Amino acid sequence: MTTSLFGAYGGRYVPETLIPALDELERGWRDALADDTFHAELHALLTSYAGRPTPLTLSERFAPGKRIYLKREDLLHTGAHKLNNALGQVVLAQRLGKRRIVAETGAGQHGVATATVCAKFGLECVVYMGEEDMRRQRPNVERMGLLGAEVRPVDFGTKTLKEATSEAIRDWITNVETTHYLIGSCVGPAPYPELVAELQSVIGREAREQHLAAEGRLPEAVIAAVGGGSNAIGIFHGFLDDADVRLVGVEAAGAASLGAGRTGVLHGARSSVLADEDGQIADAHSISAGLDYPGVGPEHAFLRDSGRATYVGATDEEALRAFRDLARTEGIIPALEPAHALARARELDADLILVCLSGRGDKDLAEALIGLEKLA
Amino acid sequence: MKKLVIYLMAEPETPELARAAVEGGADIVELGFPFSDPLADGPVIRRAAERALSRGMRTRACLDVLRQTHELVPGTPLVPMTYSSLLEAYGWERFADDVQAAGGASMIVADLPADERPELRRVQLVAPTSTDERIALAGARTDGWLYLVTVTGTTGARGEVSSALPSLVERARRLVGVPLYAGFGISTPEQARSVAVLADGIVVGSRALQVAEEGPAALREYVASLRAALDTDAVA
Repeated sequence: MTTSLFGAYGGRYVPETLIPALDELERGWRDALADDTFHAELHALLTSYAGRPTPLTLSERFAPGKRIYLKREDLLHTGAHKLNNALGQVVLAQRLGKRRIVAETGAGQHGVATATVCAKFGLECVVYMGEEDMRRQRPNVERMGLLGAEVRPVDFGTKTLKEATSEAIRDWITNVETTHYLIGSCVGPAPYPELVAELQSVIGREAREQHLAAEGRLPEAVIAAVGGGSNAIGIFHGFLDDADVRLVGVEAAGAASLGAGRTGVLHGARSSVLADEDGQIADAHSISAGLDYPGVGPEHAFLRDSGRATYVGATDEEALRAFRDLARTEGIIPALEPAHALARARELDADLILVCLSGRGDKDLAEALIGLEKLA
Repeated sequence: MKKLVIYLMAEPETPELARAAVEGGADIVELGFPFSDPLADGPVIRRAAERALSRGMRTRACLDVLRQTHELVPGTPLVPMTYSSLLEAYGWERFADDVQAAGGASMIVADLPADERPELRRVQLVAPTSTDERIALAGARTDGWLYLVTVTGTTGARGEVSSALPSLVERARRLVGVPLYAGFGISTPEQARSVAVLADGIVVGSRALQVAEEGPAALREYVASLRAALDTDAVA
C-alpha cells in the first residue's frame, strides 16, 4: 500500500504503466535529497541564474493602516515562482538520465519556466497548453516558442489547464522511458506533491528570515493564491511550525476546489476536487488561467481538514481591482493569480501580513485591461 | 480456444450492440463507464466518453445499461471498465456490490494500480514497464484473468503489434498462473491473430467503438472477423 504523507489524500491513482517511473522518480528524489552535490548545484542555479533570494518589499500605500510585505517572486527570472520547481526537477531529470521533458501549463508561467530550463540544459521540451489559455496568454506562448519549446495545443474539453495536464500525462505514459514529466504544481501522483512542495519551500524559508530581519517578529498571517497550490505550499512550508501564524489560501471564486469541492480523484491523486455527485470533474472558471483548475494539491486538502490553513475565495472583479490598485499604489504590476491573494490581504483582520507575490502581470495585460474596462 | 473481449461504451444502445458482439463471437464484453478525464485512453475512447456523458450516462444509468445487457446476454461475462473518481464518488464497496447485483462479472479500474485498494476485487493490468515484482503482485491479486497492456501508451489502434508484447507475455507466464488477455492497439484480424499466438485472449476497444457507430450488424460482422482470425489452426 502506498503510504501518504497527507492523511487520506494523495496516492498514485495512475495507470500501471507509470508506476515503475514513479518508483524510479521517488528513488532518484530520495538520493538527490541525501546528496550534497544536488543541493549545491541547485543552490548555485537558484542564486546565479534565477536571482534568489528574491526581496521582501513593504507595501506602504496599497492597504493604508496595514503592514503588508510582498515576497517578490515576480522578480525571479522568467517572472514567477515556477522556476524554483523547474530548476529542481530538471537537475533531477538529468540525474535520472532523461533527455526529453513534457509539461502542462495554464497561465504559461510554468511552460516558460520549463522551456527556459530545457534551453539551458539542452533538453527536448514539449509543453501542452489549452487553446483557451493560448489565446489569453499569448505572450507566454511566444516566449516558449522563442526558447525552443514545442507548444502543443489541446483543443478538447475545457481547453484549459485540466485538459493540458491530462494530455501531458498521456504523453508521459507513451514516452515514459525517455521522458521526465515536469509537473508544474504540487498535484499529481506521489511523489510529485511532496517534491514540488520541497522545491518551492525556498520561498517560505527566505520569507521567514527576511520578515524576522525587517520586523523582529513573524507576520500575523501568510496569504497566497491557490490554483494547484505550489506558491502557497512553498510559502506555507516556512511557517507550518509557527502555530501563531495564520496561513490563508485564496482560491478563485469560480475554481474553489477546497472551498466548494468534494473528495475526488484527478490527475493521479485523491484530493479535494470540483466534481459532480457522480465523480465527473466539473469545469472551473477564472479570469486567471493559473487558477482555472478544478483540482488542488493533496497537502492543501490535508491542511484544510486539519485546520492549520484556511481557504477563502476572491472573485474575478476583486482580483482585477487589486491588480490595478497594486500597480497604482506601489508601482508593481502583479500577475492575476497573486492579485487574488492581495484582494483578501487588504481586508484581512490582521495588520502585519506576508503575501506571496508569485508572479508579475505582463502576461495578463491584455486580459486584465479588458476586464478593468468592464468594471468601470 | 482463445478468448475475445470486446469493449463498448455504456450508452442506451449498448445492450443491443453487446448482443451483436456476442453473436459475432465475443466471449466477454467490457462496458466503459465514462469519466470526464480518462488518462489511460486515446482520442477514440475519450471522445466516446465525452459523448456518453453529454447524453447523461452517469454511474446509475451505466448500472442500468449493465443490467439490461446482462438480461440480453446472460451467459456472457460483463466487465465494467472505469476510473477511480467514479468509485470514490459512489462509494468503493457500494460500487462493487451494485456492479455485481447488476450482473457484472468483475471490473477494471484503469487508474488503480494493484497496490492501491487491494481489497477491491478487479481485473488487474500490467504493462511492458511493469517489473517482475509488480507482475507477480498483479497476478496474485487479479480476478480471473490478467490484462496485458501491450504498448507503453494509451488506448487506440496502432499500425503494428507492439514489439514489447513477447517479452511481457514470457515474463507473465513465468510469474502468474492465470489466463493472459492482451489489449491496447489491436484492431485488425491480422493483429488479433498475431497477438493470440502469444496470449490467451485479446481485447479490442477503440476499433470496436468505431464500428459500433455503424450499428449492430456491422459490429457483428467485425467481431466475427476477429473470431475467425482467432479460430484459425495456427492460433487455436
